[in-house]
Amino acid sequence: MDLMLNQFLFLGAILFCIGVYGVLARRNAVMVLMSIELILNSVNINLVAFSTMWGVASGAVFALFVIAVAAAEVGVGLALVLMLYRNMRSIDVDRVDLMKG
Amino acid sequence: MLLGFEAPSIDFHALAPEIVVTATLAVLILVDAFTPKQAKSAQSSIAGLGLLLALVPVVTLAVDGGTRVMFEGAFVVDTFSLVLTGLFLVSGYVVILLSQTYIAEGDYWEGEYYQLLLASILGMMVMASARDLITVFIALELLSIPAYMLAAWRKRDLRSDEAGIKYYLMGVFASAVLLYGMSLLYGLTGTTMLSEIATKLAGEDVPSAAVLAIVFIVVGFGFKVSAVPFHTWAPDTYEGAPTPVTAFLAVASKAAGFVALMIVVFGAFPFRVDIVEPLFWALAVATMFVGNLIALRQTNVVRMLAYSGIAQAGYMLAPLAVAGTVGDAAVQSILIYLMIYATMNLGAFAVVIAASRKTRSGELTSFAGLVRYAPGLAVAMAMFLFSLAGIPPLGGWFAKFGIFKTLVEADSAAGYSLAIIVGVNSVIALFYYARVAKTMIMDDVPDGDLSPVQVPVSLRAAISITLVLTVVFGILPQLVAGLTDNATLLSAVAVP
Repeated sequence: MDLMLNQFLFLGAILFCIGVYGVLARRNAVMVLMSIELILNSVNINLVAFSTMWGVASGAVFALFVIAVAAAEVGVGLALVLMLYRNMRSIDVDRVDLMKG
Repeated sequence: MLLGFEAPSIDFHALAPEIVVTATLAVLILVDAFTPKQAKSAQSSIAGLGLLLALVPVVTLAVDGGTRVMFEGAFVVDTFSLVLTGLFLVSGYVVILLSQTYIAEGDYWEGEYYQLLLASILGMMVMASARDLITVFIALELLSIPAYMLAAWRKRDLRSDEAGIKYYLMGVFASAVLLYGMSLLYGLTGTTMLSEIATKLAGEDVPSAAVLAIVFIVVGFGFKVSAVPFHTWAPDTYEGAPTPVTAFLAVASKAAGFVALMIVVFGAFPFRVDIVEPLFWALAVATMFVGNLIALRQTNVVRMLAYSGIAQAGYMLAPLAVAGTVGDAAVQSILIYLMIYATMNLGAFAVVIAASRKTRSGELTSFAGLVRYAPGLAVAMAMFLFSLAGIPPLGGWFAKFGIFKTLVEADSAAGYSLAIIVGVNSVIALFYYARVAKTMIMDDVPDGDLSPVQVPVSLRAAISITLVLTVVFGILPQLVAGLTDNATLLSAVAVP
């Protein structure tokens, strides 16, 4: 069965929207990180689909870079969340609110 | 057997600044691994020396002139990128001077601090030369990821944790949105090269997806430059992070965000100003007003400087709203502003760091009567603040003058209205800058403790460098204007 480009873009758009919703609505830091991963993967789906459509490899190469950088980002993110947990015994991002004004 | 792979030709002279910084980074890691814990102070010296050494090829490249293009146009070394590379190296060096005693006296690791700082500066240098989407993305992440860790440096302090986690979540979310915009842009044009994207999007009918892509990209970089309404992370991160890191984020990281914004928006859409200009107009106006009005009621000097930095970002966004008519004059006025802003803002942070060595506080009240026990610091701070307010003959006036000149030259409703708004905001800003000066000079010392502040040599050097540059840029503005004269970004793209 041949798939149409639209189907990939639609999947990408849905993942993007779920990710944005998760970032805005979730209070658990790990869930926020997972939502950001969803957005990055929607980008990857887009890039690979477009890369196939245009018949050039640059999009797929871009997707590889995104995957590698996302891994580095999540590494740092989990370290920060762990540090927060050690100091606060909670990873609720709404409770991280010492400074105001 | 031939593989049919042709090695790309690499111009090592053009890459020399990046190579020197990378080599310094490698040396730092090796030295860190093989020195005992007591001898870590060499780290800052090596890092500073490496940054100064990297300035040498920048100067030789500038003397050589011309444009060097590498990797099929993905990496370009021209006046624009050299001016910015120089700016990043010098401000990086000043940040190292600011950090030296602060980090050495804290009980956290010294080695990693300078390694992360250098990695972030390397990302900024690559950003200045990047001319395709993949390179811009890699540079952005290389400069951001170490900065997240630097913001959370005092890891047992909950405020520093908060600074780091807020900066991280906002930054990563912004770069994810930005990437989605980039993927749409790639889908529309089938190339990651900015100049090719520009020619493909130059036609009369714009696909609506292109508008979406532009909006996503501007939103993504809006977070980086802390433009309103994407500024919410900035005050908390600036207040919670170690003060030298705050200086770094407020100056170098913001400058890198502007560079990325200019490169992508005017590299990829130089002929789509009809979409871009109203967007920047709205962002600039919101950023100026919100930044200045909230800064008015701050009682913490670091937090006030954060909001003032947001307002200053608004002034820098203004020329982008008329870039379609004035062309490269907008880019040059932003470069001049970035250079002068870097010197005066780093200076202000240096004084805050020096004064809080005694008071251990960033609250405005702790600066009361500073002139009684540290007259030098108080005078320097007053000069930096009046420069930030744009009062001649200090550097800040020329930066503001450049913005006004560009806005008026555009000779359009958008230009004139922005010029008026910049003027109104400069008056608002004068209030809170002058209030700090008044507290330092007129008020009494809170606890009557008149013992002098011990200012270490490195901080003295940082304050002297920034003070001299702030004054020189104000009296001899042709110096800084001459640097950017040939800095072009827009005219490099061939009109279709």
